Amino acid sequence: MSAGGTLHGPWPFSGARGVAEWLQRNTIVVLVLLLFGFIAIVEVSRPGTVNAVWLSNTLLFAAPLGLLAAGQTLVMLTGGIDLSVVSIATGSAFLMTTTALRFGDGWAVLLGLSVGLAVGLINGVGVAVLRVQPLVMTLGTGLMTQGITIVYSQRILATRSVVPEFIHQLGSARLGDILPVVLFLWAPIAALIIFGLARTGFGRLLYAIGDNQEACHLAGVRIWRVLLADYVVCGLLAAVAGIVLVGHTNSADLSLADTYLLPSIAATIIGGTSIMGGRGGYSGTIIGALILTVLNGLLTLLDSPEPIKQILYGAIIFLLAALYTRLTD
Amino acid sequence: MRQVARLWEFVLRHPAPVGMPALLVLSLAATVAIHPKFNAFDAQSLAMAALPLAFAAAAQAVVVISGGLDLSIGSVMAVANVLAAAAMENTGFDHSLLLAAGIIGLGAVMGAVNGLMIVVSRVPDVIVTLTTGFIWGGTALLVMERPGGGAPEEFLTLGTGSTLTPWISNSLLLLIGSVAIIWLPLRRSKVGLCLYAVGSDRVAAFRSGVAIGRSRVIAYMIGGLFSAVGGLGLTMTTGIGSPRAGVLYTMSGLAAVVIGGVSLLGGRGGVVGPVIAAFVLTVVPADLIFLNIDPNFGQVIQGTLIVLVVMVGGLVALVRSRK
Repeated sequence: MSAGGTLHGPWPFSGARGVAEWLQRNTIVVLVLLLFGFIAIVEVSRPGTVNAVWLSNTLLFAAPLGLLAAGQTLVMLTGGIDLSVVSIATGSAFLMTTTALRFGDGWAVLLGLSVGLAVGLINGVGVAVLRVQPLVMTLGTGLMTQGITIVYSQRILATRSVVPEFIHQLGSARLGDILPVVLFLWAPIAALIIFGLARTGFGRLLYAIGDNQEACHLAGVRIWRVLLADYVVCGLLAAVAGIVLVGHTNSADLSLADTYLLPSIAATIIGGTSIMGGRGGYSGTIIGALILTVLNGLLTLLDSPEPIKQILYGAIIFLLAALYTRLTD
Repeated sequence: MRQVARLWEFVLRHPAPVGMPALLVLSLAATVAIHPKFNAFDAQSLAMAALPLAFAAAAQAVVVISGGLDLSIGSVMAVANVLAAAAMENTGFDHSLLLAAGIIGLGAVMGAVNGLMIVVSRVPDVIVTLTTGFIWGGTALLVMERPGGGAPEEFLTLGTGSTLTPWISNSLLLLIGSVAIIWLPLRRSKVGLCLYAVGSDRVAAFRSGVAIGRSRVIAYMIGGLFSAVGGLGLTMTTGIGSPRAGVLYTMSGLAAVVIGGVSLLGGRGGVVGPVIAAFVLTVVPADLIFLNIDPNFGQVIQGTLIVLVVMVGGLVALVRSRK
């Protein structure tokens, strides 16, 4: 069950039903097939597109989404959701770029990350200690963060905003023209999350809480500590995503990460993490983020006008989610 | 003394119906205190500014009561807004009323499509309405790429003028009228009861013979209907159609619903609380302008207000459970 780690069960060569059942238990296989399907469509519609540079571009574009969706995955595993991730990402990128000249690059990055820490902490206190519904809590902190970012931007109109050079390198450079530098950040984080979810007590508790909070409580788990840490980690990952994103675009504006809210949730859902919690994992989310990035590239490639692109994007994500729900129900 | 205690208990038990009007009166009093020259014109522009948000809040409230969530409300408003501005530009008043009726019907259809997609596909409502938000948003852009269009003067007066007395603007009457015509009969009817039943406990409702799927679709349909009226309100108050104007009403509307005392768990609250909350959320930034404070603080206050309201609510529940 779920898109995590190893494949389950032997390959049952017993007709179509057997195959369907095996696929239900190993949804990651379906996801990878889907990803290859989309890549094939890209290659068919514009022959010669898919090459090493295209692949490296796809990874580069997928990285901010993958990092944003990482936090979303960790939160959704406990049955929560975080609507404030995009505001955190924009806010941290904005604070970093506007303080880089004054305090130096290193401090600016830390200040950027502190936005994620602070908002994550507020989210955590609300959800974990005061048992506020995650959706409401993160809606409020999201609006708050966005508002503060706007007010802050008006206060410092005169300040020059610069993206630190190494952040710009991190977000857009490639080693040997092929290997995106951002992978050296994303891959270790991904490995840590996948390992942490599968092998550490904290990771297993996230699943347990998402599965049955009452049982966890009776088993003596201090749920609030786990949830608090979870939301703080999610906030930090969102801040990292924002910093990577601004390194990619090389200029911070107030709507930097706005368009990432649906993709961050969709990548997680398509990747097989249940919005009810207790089921899923980060490896699926990575594939989900890649699928969405390829899809976005495909729509750009087809040169469809913006409205059509938006409608198709929404419709295809819905169909993927519906397909997934059908498969796992 | 005992009466005071009893009154206090009543307030605690019904925080929204008592608290919301009190909050509105308080914020209006604050406005008058800050801005002593507050006159009929100010009252009118306030009601105008609150109109679209109030409808967005009403739309979200109906859906949330039925145990759902609609993140496409702003996009449905945008579709209604641009359709009205595009179709009414060179028409007469009677014609524009006919078009308005059609657009409201279309809003109901869009809402019903949202509901059907959720019920049939069994994909969580958050995901479905996020994606339909993209779809309706794209549709709005398809109708009108950049802000433009218009509507006959008489039609705009429905939202901007004040035909009766200067203090009671048409937009206020429109709002009260719409809620009274759409929501109040519904709430008293069997369908309304079903909405509350489905929202508070789906399994119990199912076992009592409530058609779950149908009730949920109806909730989204009414949500779409209110959203369309809100989109028309946008056309009336701004005079044009703008494909991206509706977007911010999704989150603000949800904020008004939360502050207005509707539980996101479903089955609780009404439409009036969120509508009043929409007014409070409009008054506060206006006060900031009067105070010469950056009106962008409005959003900060909106967010902080939600966070505080729900955190205090959580704290109260926590303290009670410890007793």
